[in-house]
Amino acid sequence: MDQSLIEVDNFTKRYQDFIAVDKVSFSVHEGEIFGLLGPNGAGKTSTLECLEGLRQPDTGSIRVAGIIPASEFHKLRNVIGVQLQSSSLPDSITPLEAIKLFSAYHQVEPRFEILDRLGLDVKKSAQYYELSTGQKRKLALILAIMHQPRVLFLDEPTAGLDVSTRSVLHQMIKELQRGGTTIILATHDMAEAEQLSDRVAILLNGKLVKIGSPLEITATGAGLTKISVRTRFSSLPDAMNSFPAVSHILHQDEYQVYFSTDIGPTVSALIEYLDRSDDTLVDLRIERPSLEDRFLEITNLGERQ
Amino acid sequence: MKAFLRHFSFEFVNGVRNKNLLLLTYLLPVGFYLMMGFVMVEINPLFLEHMIPAMVIFGMLSAALLGIPDPLVTSRENGVFRSYKINGVPSLTILLMPALSTIIHLVIVTAIITFSAPVLFDAPSPVNWGWYGLIFLAASVAVVGLSILIGVISKTSRMTVLWSQLVYLPSMMLGGLMIPYSLLPESVQRLARILPATLAMNAFNGLAMGGVSDFSAWGSVATLVSGGVLAFILALFLFSWDSRNTTRRAHPLLGLAALLPYLLQVFFN
Repeated sequence: MDQSLIEVDNFTKRYQDFIAVDKVSFSVHEGEIFGLLGPNGAGKTSTLECLEGLRQPDTGSIRVAGIIPASEFHKLRNVIGVQLQSSSLPDSITPLEAIKLFSAYHQVEPRFEILDRLGLDVKKSAQYYELSTGQKRKLALILAIMHQPRVLFLDEPTAGLDVSTRSVLHQMIKELQRGGTTIILATHDMAEAEQLSDRVAILLNGKLVKIGSPLEITATGAGLTKISVRTRFSSLPDAMNSFPAVSHILHQDEYQVYFSTDIGPTVSALIEYLDRSDDTLVDLRIERPSLEDRFLEITNLGERQ
Repeated sequence: MKAFLRHFSFEFVNGVRNKNLLLLTYLLPVGFYLMMGFVMVEINPLFLEHMIPAMVIFGMLSAALLGIPDPLVTSRENGVFRSYKINGVPSLTILLMPALSTIIHLVIVTAIITFSAPVLFDAPSPVNWGWYGLIFLAASVAVVGLSILIGVISKTSRMTVLWSQLVYLPSMMLGGLMIPYSLLPESVQRLARILPATLAMNAFNGLAMGGVSDFSAWGSVATLVSGGVLAFILALFLFSWDSRNTTRRAHPLLGLAALLPYLLQVFFN
């Protein structure tokens, strides 16, 4: 997973005077799931569309599998699969016809079994306008993966999908990765990004403000770790200085909740305290800051600046 | 080739499956033809002489001018063309598909009209079938080319209606479908000469129906073909995958250049 398949160097995209993406550089390794995160208007879709060859970068260079998307789109189209956020198909086309049609353009045999996998087989002969939003997104995904692309771009892939379909889709994404597909995932769903991505990049106002694995990103923040403790006699102290590195304390239901800036000393002191006292530990839960917490921290900080 | 044929078969079926296209391609032309056959012939028996070409041209105008431009605009605005692009469908194919499928539908409608009119209404059949077929093709190319161009240059569906009606309504009134060209005032004749419908009627009358043409029938055929081909080339040049993301190669008003063959033939034909 150490060979770069996508290389973005000093890439800028402008719309008249508005700079949508400002000198962004990153690379994506082969076989990696790379999350592209950011609030609305951060430049995610512009970045994706330049990677997909739908738009032309103003400055900088982009290469996808060694191909320059804007000028070599004819080479790129069989290498990439794209599920666009805003796309459509003719109203009267059926999922079966769409699969046959685009398979022919990709010069591959149609793979109808994916319809069954995503629960779209019952609607395979329905016209496009008769499909629900979720079914349309499933069809877009099927069309993106049916030619087994080396690079798959997914823009909000699970928006509008029910819980079970999301789960199936997440499994499929992981399977595709195991099969060697490199996946670029743009999403607003932080839990999804954290669960699926090997690395994420956070864009804010067109700039790349953070890149790394979800664990690295959450670890570098000022985020507090939540330590929830329940004991038999509820004897835990609720003074701030009772344990080291505790920034504040809450009492929730039967639990004493400590927010720690440094989890190690706090937990050690807690265990020592319980050893010394006559109380007994019933439950101990440690929740590190989520990617969503860190994302909000970064975007709020960015907006304040 | 496999992709092209598969795409064509979908487009062709779409013309029947899509209710709007079905109405404009089949129901309106055939319904209007039957109404004209039963009513107009009673009012004006002379109409019978040019009933077949007039109704065939009406079918072309309805199917192409009213049926082609709007789906092109909505497909572009809804992101259908974006889906096509990422799946490798060339822009030439995107424009050729509605053109070819409309022409095939027109062949069917034309056959219905051509073979039923002599039986139902005692309308005279073409005397030269070769020319009849060639003029049909030339007129189809002209009207379909113009319709594709209107779909490509129009920003919105409303604009397609405006541009299409600028051709459709004068063609209906002045194109020789209802009133023969020779009965129009001279000043109106000049205006009528730049309409594809007038040229097609003139060519049908002079070369296929055994009548007399009002001006050069050969010139009319040449103008129809060159006008249609030029309109298609301009449409391809001005084609835009997506009005938000891609810029056109030139201003859409360049599309007016498609009128050049029609304007020039007024002086040389």
